[in-house]
Amino acid sequence: MVDKHEIDELLPLPPATFHILLAVAEEDRHGYAIIQDVAVRTDGELKLSAGTLYRSIQRMLEQGLLVETRERPAPDEDDERRRYYRITPLGTAVAKAEARRLTQLVRMARARGFVPGRA
Amino acid sequence: MNVYDALLRLYPASFRNEYGTEMRAVFKRRRREAAGPLMIAAVWVSTVGEVLGNAALVHLDILRQDLGYSGRVLRRSPGFAITAILMVALGIGATTAAFSVTDFVLIRPLPFPEPSRLVKILERTPGYPGMELSAPNYRDWKAATTSFESMGMYHFDEITLIGAGDPRRLNGTSVSADLFPTLGVAPIIGRTFTIEDDRPGAPGTIILSYRLWQTEFGGDPGVIGRQLTAKADFDDATFTVIGVMPREFHFPKSNSLFWITTRFSEREYQASERTNNWLEAVGRLRRGITPEQAEADLQVIAARLEKEYSRENKDTGALVFSLGQEVSQRSRLLLLALSAAAGCVLLIACANLANLLLARALSRRRELAVRTAIGAGRERLVRQLMTENLLMAGAGGSLGIALAVASVPMLARLVPATLPIAETPSVDLRVLLVAVGLTALTGIAFGLAPVVRIGRRPDLDGLREGARAGGGQKERLRSALVVAEVIASVVLLVSAGLLIRALLTVQAIDPGFRAEGVLTLRTELPMPEYGPVVAREAYYSRVLQDVRALPGVRAAGFISFLPVSSFRGGIWPVSVKGDTDAGQDIRSANNVAAIRFVTPGYFEAMGIPLTRGRDIAEGDTRGRQAVAVVSESFVKRYWPSEDPIGRHFTFAYADREVVGVARNVLFRGLERISEPQVYLSSKQVNDNAIAFYSPKALAIRTSGSPATLGPVIRDIIRRVDPKLPITDMQTLTDMVDLETASRAVQVRVLSAFAAVAFVLAAIGIHGLLSFAVSQRVQEIGVRLALGAQSSDILSMIVWRGVLLAIGGIVPGVLLAYAAGRSMEALLAGVRPTDALTLASAIALTFVMTVLGTLAPTVRALRIDPITALRAE
Repeated sequence: MVDKHEIDELLPLPPATFHILLAVAEEDRHGYAIIQDVAVRTDGELKLSAGTLYRSIQRMLEQGLLVETRERPAPDEDDERRRYYRITPLGTAVAKAEARRLTQLVRMARARGFVPGRA
Repeated sequence: MNVYDALLRLYPASFRNEYGTEMRAVFKRRRREAAGPLMIAAVWVSTVGEVLGNAALVHLDILRQDLGYSGRVLRRSPGFAITAILMVALGIGATTAAFSVTDFVLIRPLPFPEPSRLVKILERTPGYPGMELSAPNYRDWKAATTSFESMGMYHFDEITLIGAGDPRRLNGTSVSADLFPTLGVAPIIGRTFTIEDDRPGAPGTIILSYRLWQTEFGGDPGVIGRQLTAKADFDDATFTVIGVMPREFHFPKSNSLFWITTRFSEREYQASERTNNWLEAVGRLRRGITPEQAEADLQVIAARLEKEYSRENKDTGALVFSLGQEVSQRSRLLLLALSAAAGCVLLIACANLANLLLARALSRRRELAVRTAIGAGRERLVRQLMTENLLMAGAGGSLGIALAVASVPMLARLVPATLPIAETPSVDLRVLLVAVGLTALTGIAFGLAPVVRIGRRPDLDGLREGARAGGGQKERLRSALVVAEVIASVVLLVSAGLLIRALLTVQAIDPGFRAEGVLTLRTELPMPEYGPVVAREAYYSRVLQDVRALPGVRAAGFISFLPVSSFRGGIWPVSVKGDTDAGQDIRSANNVAAIRFVTPGYFEAMGIPLTRGRDIAEGDTRGRQAVAVVSESFVKRYWPSEDPIGRHFTFAYADREVVGVARNVLFRGLERISEPQVYLSSKQVNDNAIAFYSPKALAIRTSGSPATLGPVIRDIIRRVDPKLPITDMQTLTDMVDLETASRAVQVRVLSAFAAVAFVLAAIGIHGLLSFAVSQRVQEIGVRLALGAQSSDILSMIVWRGVLLAIGGIVPGVLLAYAAGRSMEALLAGVRPTDALTLASAIALTFVMTVLGTLAPTVRALRIDPITALRAE
């Protein structure tokens, strides 16, 4: 099982890291696919740059949140040169923990009357 | 695309190799999706910004990683880490401390605006290449010269502050009004002097030094306009505070606490004053004028004045030199020697460090080979090793800088007192930058050693079990480094030895008096009360009577100025009947003597033997024949083969009869030539005349400890006259010790450096031989197994140690001789080839070799052939 202490040490996650985890949550993706996924999910609000993406990926690989995978999806979609990334159990646990942290934060904000839409 | 590739170069190679292709692909798609030139431009702009930011962040990530790794590596071998860090700290510390002082004294420009235009102006008189100026000559030079924008003069002065408590005597400077504008320094509050302050009879005005402002007025910003009641030399005076100078302003020396105006009248400018040299002058050169041109200009004026005043100004010329150069050749050499010695320590430390790192590189070969084998790129390995080295160098450097900052105040004695700078050198940004630069250089230069070893191809040898490290070439390099250490330490040992010998030689110089058991002090005798001789004599006799009555006091007497005290001048012309040369040539250095007035008992108190005749007596009063005790050198000059007693000469406005001859006294200092001395009776002088030379210094010889007499003497003087400020209370031994203080500090510093070098070189020899032994365990095992005697093994190792020592001693002694020659001026006559010093240094080097060889030899002898061979 994943060590709770190990998870806590990684929190709070940098926004880019959290988005990358979300992007690879359902399927393995290559770099550009991650950028696209993040852009679509945020309505174009967040466009990760190549540098930010790969710097984050390098760190996440070291932290064990991601692994590089050799299993390719359907061959016709595959570009030989591409590297695919897959979320690890630790990555999933960390993403969940971050989501929990953010939820609690939002709950606290609401309790104080900071309700979205009523600014 | 090429532009993007170039941008990618900003990333570390490892990152680029890993993700470069992907990033290029991402960028390509992004650009393809951009519609229209405007969008493409936007993509480029954002990309450039993004790459710059991210590349920096990636570098930081790696740095953080490497630092973490390096920290762990160093923690795993604390012995190595501590040795290396200490080595760097010693090298950097010694160099930084030495450089701080050298920079402060010799390199840093003086703290005045455009200091290169400031020059010191002196007179050249016969026998004195740099003499103070006389007032009339100063005035004439200043009026006629065209080389200077402005000129100001000054002389040492004192005032007695009268207020609450005991009166206090303060050192300061009397200046002409144009001195401050010449220096170009403004006060922090108030104003400097105007012409109005500098007229005869003008109300007294005073400018405070920052220090006096703090100590006397608690830094009160409202001090301007406050009145100080003080006694100046010839009158009671009230001084109004008009300004406070900045903290960094020291002029002419660091001990000047205040500035007042000279307020010269015509009396100071009369022709007879032309031989009274007592003023110093500073000029600000016009732009484009060099000191040499200014000197030539003044020389022409001086030649004209010489025609006009042929007697007074005979052979009088001008001397002009940059204000910052007022450092004696000795001080300069002292500091240069110190810097060179520090350089030696740094060299030894670096050589040692290099050896340590080389050895470590060999023993880490496996680790590096493994890391290469599992895919770490060369670039990443190099980078990590550099981080490790810089981390170590950084730790050592910081420690070294801390050492330097802590030790610099101890080197304050090496700062000559003649410069207008603070007493204690400050460590400033320049010094720190040099230290940091040195640290980085050390780290990089010697950290590269292991890096060079990482070949482009995987080091398969390194992976092999039991691989032996190091080839012959590497060993030769390491031996060469150790030899360099031995050379440098021989040079240091010899230099330190020579300077110790020189110090002992100077300390053994007989000053002409016996310093042990004598307490000295000085009081002021304020005018006009003490103008009449009767008033002074009453004071002398009351003080001397009480002092002589004290238990343990053997003798006591007053004199104008004690030898080796702060005033060492007082050179007056002598004229002896029949000696025509002397009668005509009042400026000849050959016809002068130091004037001193004394009370009876002075010679006995100082332990100056009278070799002929008698002491000045109570009966030598005004109205009787004026008498003099003269020094042996005086007799040698005028009556080399005759009995001097009863002879007459003219000196200080009167005919004097020689009644006694005293031993020569080195009143100018242990290492300087002192003029002949003439001692006159304190009673045989007109009222209010030559008051500057009235006896004010008291010497007391006691059989007990002189320092403990202090309070009693204070009480006695206070009882006689409570208004007299007592200053300079110290033992005569301390005064003499002060003569050699800068030498003693230098010897101590250099000896410390030599000791450090000694230890470091021993460590170097030890390290090299231990490593050699550990690398050759098997070979030694085989030899032993084949029947070699342990004495063979012993001689094999010891022989190597001896070779290292000899290899270092021979060039070391040659270099030490060269070093000794270049600092001969410091050696007080000790020859650079001094046999005792050389022999001791060589013997010490052999001791060092033996110490360094000891442990590895023992280790080699303990090698058990069976165990050694089993490891194969």
